[in-house]
Amino acid sequence: MKNQPFKLSMTVAVAAMLSAGAASADTLRLLTWGGYAPEDVVAKFEAETGHTVEVTKSNNEEMIAKLRATGGGGFDLAQPSQDRIAGPQAEFGIYKPIDLSKIDASLFIPSMLEATQGNTTVGSDVYGVPHVWGTSGLVVDTAKASMVQDYTDLCASDVAGKVSYRLKRPTLIGFAFSMGLDPFAAYGDEAAYADIMSQVEAKLIECKAGVKTYWGGGDELMGLMRSGEVVASMAWDTGGWKLNSDNADITFVAPAAGALGWVDTFVLPAKGKADDAAYAWINFVMQPEVAAMITAAAGNFTASKGADEFASADLKARYQGSFPAEAIDNIKWYPPVPAGLEAIEGGVLDRVKAAK
Amino acid sequence: MHREAKLGLILLLTPFLLWLSLLIVIPHIDLLLVSLRERVGVGQYEISLGNYLTFFTEPLYIVTFLRTAVMSIFATILTLLIGFPVAYYIAKMAKGRTQSALFLLCLVPFWVSELVRTFGWMILLRETGIISNLLQSVGLASGPVEMLYNDAAIMVGLVYTSMLFMVVPLITTLESLSDEVVEAGYDLGGSGFSVLREIIIPHAMPGIVSGSIVVFMLCLGNYLTPTMLGGKESLWFTELIYSQFIVRFNWELGAAFGFLLLILSSVIVWGMLRLTGQSLEKTMG
Amino acid sequence: MTPDLQCTNLTKKFGETTAVDNVSFSVPAGSFFSILGPSGCGKTTIMRMIAGFLEPSSGDIQIKGKSVLNVPPNKRHVNMVFQHLALFPMMNIADNIGYGLRRNGMHKKDIGFKVDEALERIGLPGIGHRRVDELSGGQKQRIAIARCMVLEPDVLLLDEPLGALDLKLREHMKVELKTLQAAFDTTFVYITHDQSEALVMSDNIAVMNAGRFEQVGSAQDLYYRPDTAFVAGFVGDSNRWSGKVIKQDGDNTLVQTTSGLTLRGATQGRSLSQGDTIDAFVRPEAIRIAHKAEDLASFDNQISGTVTSILFNGAASRVMVRDTDGHEEVAVNLPQSGEFANLTKGAPVHIGWASDQANCFSAGAS
Repeated sequence: MKNQPFKLSMTVAVAAMLSAGAASADTLRLLTWGGYAPEDVVAKFEAETGHTVEVTKSNNEEMIAKLRATGGGGFDLAQPSQDRIAGPQAEFGIYKPIDLSKIDASLFIPSMLEATQGNTTVGSDVYGVPHVWGTSGLVVDTAKASMVQDYTDLCASDVAGKVSYRLKRPTLIGFAFSMGLDPFAAYGDEAAYADIMSQVEAKLIECKAGVKTYWGGGDELMGLMRSGEVVASMAWDTGGWKLNSDNADITFVAPAAGALGWVDTFVLPAKGKADDAAYAWINFVMQPEVAAMITAAAGNFTASKGADEFASADLKARYQGSFPAEAIDNIKWYPPVPAGLEAIEGGVLDRVKAAK
Repeated sequence: MHREAKLGLILLLTPFLLWLSLLIVIPHIDLLLVSLRERVGVGQYEISLGNYLTFFTEPLYIVTFLRTAVMSIFATILTLLIGFPVAYYIAKMAKGRTQSALFLLCLVPFWVSELVRTFGWMILLRETGIISNLLQSVGLASGPVEMLYNDAAIMVGLVYTSMLFMVVPLITTLESLSDEVVEAGYDLGGSGFSVLREIIIPHAMPGIVSGSIVVFMLCLGNYLTPTMLGGKESLWFTELIYSQFIVRFNWELGAAFGFLLLILSSVIVWGMLRLTGQSLEKTMG
Repeated sequence: MTPDLQCTNLTKKFGETTAVDNVSFSVPAGSFFSILGPSGCGKTTIMRMIAGFLEPSSGDIQIKGKSVLNVPPNKRHVNMVFQHLALFPMMNIADNIGYGLRRNGMHKKDIGFKVDEALERIGLPGIGHRRVDELSGGQKQRIAIARCMVLEPDVLLLDEPLGALDLKLREHMKVELKTLQAAFDTTFVYITHDQSEALVMSDNIAVMNAGRFEQVGSAQDLYYRPDTAFVAGFVGDSNRWSGKVIKQDGDNTLVQTTSGLTLRGATQGRSLSQGDTIDAFVRPEAIRIAHKAEDLASFDNQISGTVTSILFNGAASRVMVRDTDGHEEVAVNLPQSGEFANLTKGAPVHIGWASDQANCFSAGAS
């Protein structure tokens, strides 16, 4: 009998803690790209929902490596590109399916939502919804290198020693298209893909002498372009537009072979602990006004329906300048990367790096 | 009494043993296990030595390792050649405040991160950088000079980053050399060179060996400096490991490379010790 | 015959301070010369200038009649035994001794021969393969000397080499050094702050103070005929009293000490006059002690008093005596005869000394 009051008070205390936990106090650990979670958006979200947000900035490869190292733990929401979801999920099982009933589908541009869901389906489950999209292509100083119109033009002798690109898979894909090949069509056929890659490898080794350096990060590229050490480079559209605002000669050019289109998504890591906060964040940032704030910070447009109206006129003008109607149609959207292709690409990249 | 002493010893050793086992031994065992797996299909693995074989059958990897090792050895020698006079000056010739000030100067670069230090070198060496502009303004160069993205730039960065780790053990051993002994060397008819060769260097040998081992290992394991200063020509073994782990999701091969780096670098250090007739015990004692 | 070492008007200044002030001396071939002085007196500076590690500010150093200014240390026929010996720890004994010979380009076989010979000579044959830290202090000492002696230097400099040894070994090495010097027949210049080392070994001693030589002479000269108050006070023990000259008559001085004791002293040819302040020195062994005043009749200084303390130290035992009027406490050596073996504290005694044993120096001279 003596124990009765004690037991009772324990029950009350536990219940109180549980309800308090459910009501608020969730921490959303967000693994994302620079610019996708600007401070003003985070502050607004925290004020409205009571959750707190911890932002970790990263890139596709590191996101996947981090999640793989922990078996999908350590973060509650991640933002890899849509082509990097199905493969790693099949291989490492680092994500968990998205409960589409908790997503406000009306906030999304329907065609993008549908396409992303299609690209991120493994088995019968959907793993990703779209967030930010953009392209990569060429950033060109038009005063000095107007002849650079396609990826392979970076190898021209006119600009030798003054070009740059990343030694990463977008470069391999871009060069392949520019050489008249279709790597995306060969995704399902490893032998064909390896053949395409070996042709690209030969081309890149041939071009190596004329390359200033392989850039590693956005800031490095900005520095190279601003100083004039590099007059043409492969880059993201936003990088080109940002440079354009400083120097009108430099801008983003959609290459003749087509810009490469990417969509960054929302995925739930397999061992995420704050799913409610994650869903709340998705539905929050897809509101048109908030999406426009992210567009202002990151420079890219989002899959939020109606956010265009809030975007700045400058950005729209630059976008239209770089993308005439036919260039938009020509964008090559990355399909999901089948598991195993990275090994072929990696070998190519290593050999290009080692070549003299 | 005896039991108490034993307990005290256990308590003293516990943090060290925890550190050793949790942070060194266990991760290495895990790494070893990962390196012995080979991917045979989506999500399927089997035990094999295939990853290690890959290293020895693909010339690219061997060449990269050899290049890394040779450049690290070269960087170690350069660091020693530059660091020795500096250490000698600080330990034996500078006195009082000058001595502390000079030592502090050696430390200053380490108050900022390696990234910032490397950026500093990039600002100096790049085509539109300070040295290039200086050369042009004094008329020694007619156009912009690119000094980045080559092996010399990597070497400069490695030597700069490693200097402190060479100078500190050298100062410590040289300070323990009494002035009398050096003077006796001269007094008995030795020239500057023979005193250096027969007295100062033999005395400083433990410092030279430990400094060289540390610098060699640091260079071999460095990632930032070679990648940033070497640019498109960097090609460093750690870069290969990084790209196996991060870019290619091939942890198995990356782990095997990591182990090979550990084993091969130990072999090189052991070989160098044998070659110079030194032993680790002598260096530590 | 030209002296092996001659220094003329040697001066060394470090900035404003003068470490060595116009010192001149010469050391004849084959002799043992010591420079004795308190630490900081400049003796090490002289030594380092002779060895060549320091350049004199002015003056000249000649070895065997030739000036060695501007000759680097490794070209001077002068070798040095360092305070801490400075044996090379990275070499074995034979390599230590052979180091200088190798530097001279001697043939390897000859070096081995000379090293063995040197080891033989210092009484340590067959230890050439040993390491430096396997030797005792005395053995190291001998190795350090042998290492210099194989080079047959004109002058061997020794910088307080016994300082690091324990007392017993030090006593032993004093004798041994003297023997070695005779055996090698080389000129030794020895610096020390320990007067007994200097007094026992040297043919000539220079007493140095504040950058200057106070007196150069034999051990007996310094002990019995000090030129200055500093030498009188520094070499050997003395009772020292300050006072005023009451009466001056030729060499004889009547002094009243500041505590009121009146005593008779001698000036040994130094000029003093009435009213001068002086310091008087009387050695304890120059004072006779007696039970009866009549036994001291021959002394012109006589004091009666009581024993205040007894400092027993075997042959060098001593008592402190306070005079009846309580002016001064006087240290007195006990005679060896055993006649005062039963002396107790508080016992009445009489003491006395001859006036020429009380050396008076004008104060301010030191």
